[in-house]
Amino acid sequence: METKNVMIVGVGGQGSLLASKLLGALLVAEGYDVKVSEVHGMSQRGGSVVTYVRFGDNVYSPVIAQGEADFIVSFEKIEAARYAANLRKDGKIIVNSQMIDPMPVITGAAQYPENVLDELRDKGVFVDEIDALSLAQQAGNAKSVNIVLMGRLAKYFHIEKEKWIEAIKNTVKPQFVEVNLKAFELGYNF
Amino acid sequence: MKKLMLGNEAVARGLYEAGVKVVSSYPGTPSTEITEFAAKYDEIYCEWAPNEKVACEVAFGASLRGVRSACAMKHVGLNVAADPLFTLSYTGVNGGMVIFVADDPAMHSSQNEQDSRHYAIAAKVPMLEPSDSAEAKAFVKAAFEISEEFDTPVIVRMCTRIAHSQAAVELEDRQEHALPAYEKNPQKYIMAPANAIRRHPFVEERTRKIAELGETSPLNRVEIGGTEMGIICSGTCYQYVKEVFGNTVSVLKLGIVNPLPTKIIKDFAANVDKLYVVEELDGIIETHLNTIGVPCVGKELFSNIGEFNQTTIRAAFGLPQPENVTLETEVPVRPPVMCAGCPHRGLFYTLSKHKITCLGDIGCYTLGSAAPLFALDSTLCMGASVSGLHGFNKAGGADSEKKTVCVIGDSTFMHSGMTGLVNVAYNGSNSTVIILDNSITGMTGHQQNPTTGYNIKGDPALAVNLEALCHSIGIERVRVVDPYNLKECEEVILEELAADAPSVIISRRPCMLLKYVKAKPPVTVNKDKCIGCRQCMKLGCPAISFKDKKATVDPTQCVGCDVCTQLCRFGAIEKGDR
Repeated sequence: METKNVMIVGVGGQGSLLASKLLGALLVAEGYDVKVSEVHGMSQRGGSVVTYVRFGDNVYSPVIAQGEADFIVSFEKIEAARYAANLRKDGKIIVNSQMIDPMPVITGAAQYPENVLDELRDKGVFVDEIDALSLAQQAGNAKSVNIVLMGRLAKYFHIEKEKWIEAIKNTVKPQFVEVNLKAFELGYNF
Repeated sequence: MKKLMLGNEAVARGLYEAGVKVVSSYPGTPSTEITEFAAKYDEIYCEWAPNEKVACEVAFGASLRGVRSACAMKHVGLNVAADPLFTLSYTGVNGGMVIFVADDPAMHSSQNEQDSRHYAIAAKVPMLEPSDSAEAKAFVKAAFEISEEFDTPVIVRMCTRIAHSQAAVELEDRQEHALPAYEKNPQKYIMAPANAIRRHPFVEERTRKIAELGETSPLNRVEIGGTEMGIICSGTCYQYVKEVFGNTVSVLKLGIVNPLPTKIIKDFAANVDKLYVVEELDGIIETHLNTIGVPCVGKELFSNIGEFNQTTIRAAFGLPQPENVTLETEVPVRPPVMCAGCPHRGLFYTLSKHKITCLGDIGCYTLGSAAPLFALDSTLCMGASVSGLHGFNKAGGADSEKKTVCVIGDSTFMHSGMTGLVNVAYNGSNSTVIILDNSITGMTGHQQNPTTGYNIKGDPALAVNLEALCHSIGIERVRVVDPYNLKECEEVILEELAADAPSVIISRRPCMLLKYVKAKPPVTVNKDKCIGCRQCMKLGCPAISFKDKKATVDPTQCVGCDVCTQLCRFGAIEKGDR
């Protein structure tokens, strides 16, 4: 099988590492060769963060380069656009509609480009925009945005829902299983 | 059993399986998790040392006593540990000793992108370079075997993409080694000239022997894939090359990157029409090929700046890139920022307000250099703020002393700020040194240090008393301020700048991200009172933004530090209910 590529992008502190941990565990359980690449340190402090998840028969590179991503799962609106160059021509973007101003916007040095998703759609990119923050709050914890988005990804993925649920149970702390399963369902069924 | 592991976690597992007994390190991205994961094994004694030189020397002591030992650091940490390293090469080891160094091409979290392979060459010690997590674990064990067989410390070179990538690792059991009786061996371990001069020929002979090992070791391997093209590479570059070419080209993958072999390279070159070297940062393999007279193409195609990926490889070889989408809209950059409620913010605001020159150091507070605070004038290396301030003031005189400070974190002060402060006291400059004491090593992800009162396991430990330390160095004026209190901060900074004596201001408040620090209810903006003067925007707080000509506070980010409420002259920012 050709290597498949999922990019998880967002803003430092949004919980993208847990999403990649869940996805990695699921894919290992499915028997794939898996590589997950993260960057720690400076970039965690509210900066733009990106995690690469790659799986297949034999994965070499730990990173996803230009035009290679099958999916971009974005925790924030403009972060989806920032990494769009990495998407395959027929790739899919799943994006949380939440907008978080980066510092140049806060200081007034730049404008928040609110219409980037329309531009992507105009160029023929498949964009699935969901209000993951509201769904996470509905599930009972605003921090479960990551699992809402994984639920959404699961809808387009080739792995059965039950396997995802099992992976969630094995990945998150016991006291958060219930809320995260709710978050997963809300994302999946949105 | 296979487990998905970070490269750094796999190294820690390798340390466990190799029967390592002592690990001493100083945190530094991307090396930190090696020691954090090693500390989870009760069989290994682990510690955070005050700096990399101390860590390396602790590992030396453990090796001298006969056990397997290790230390881990980021690339610039090896600059600090270089002093013991160069002479350790002469003494060799008793128990095996391995130094882990993590390079950071592209500087994801570093101040330069130096190539650590130069150190292995200069210190004449072998260096191994794994290309994924499974190799990271296997190479740890190989490194200890080489260390003991050839009587040498061994360096294992990691890089960000190996250290922070997870891949499958097969777990094996630990091999225990009994503690041998200690035998004194002064000719080998006392590096006074008479002994050292006898050790140097040993070092040269050892390098020759390890180069010979490299000719047959499975750590260096040839993967045949046709005769048209051959590529020599190591580490993460191997993965990029395989990703692009698969098995269509021949590859010589080097696991031992110092000393480099000669015969297998010549044989490999003889079997391919055209030979390429793909290496990140400096052209070290290429230089070796030039030396041994093997023609190749390397840095002519590949930059010595930044990191590579598949795109880089395809571009260099003129291969087509996969189709993708390009956007016309420019997406504004999202640089890392100081967190909402960061105790450093109030202090930097005060420095910025009074246009005080400020020499900075290495840590989260480097972020104070960014817009809108622009509070820093320099960042060089660990500890350089204190010694740099002294030099700045000696050059600028009394005028400079009245309007210049430096800032340094608690951990960085312990690492190498103390010696600079001794110099301030001893050589007498009226410098004002600000220690940003947030009770943790912040930027690398919350490691304990000698001032926090806890050790690497989280158990209570002796805490250095910063006030008493500064007093004993000879600084009489030591003040403690709460950086959340803007008025107090301002008064104390101005007083100490005016004083005709050296002084230390300890800006003390724990990092907002520490688990025991409880957030207060978020502040709110009273839209009727807010006149849109943007004064609060000068703080650069990520929780405050400007919508419809009024300030607005994001309640999910605000932690109620109340610094902005002190700044608003119209009382428009109101404290949350508490």
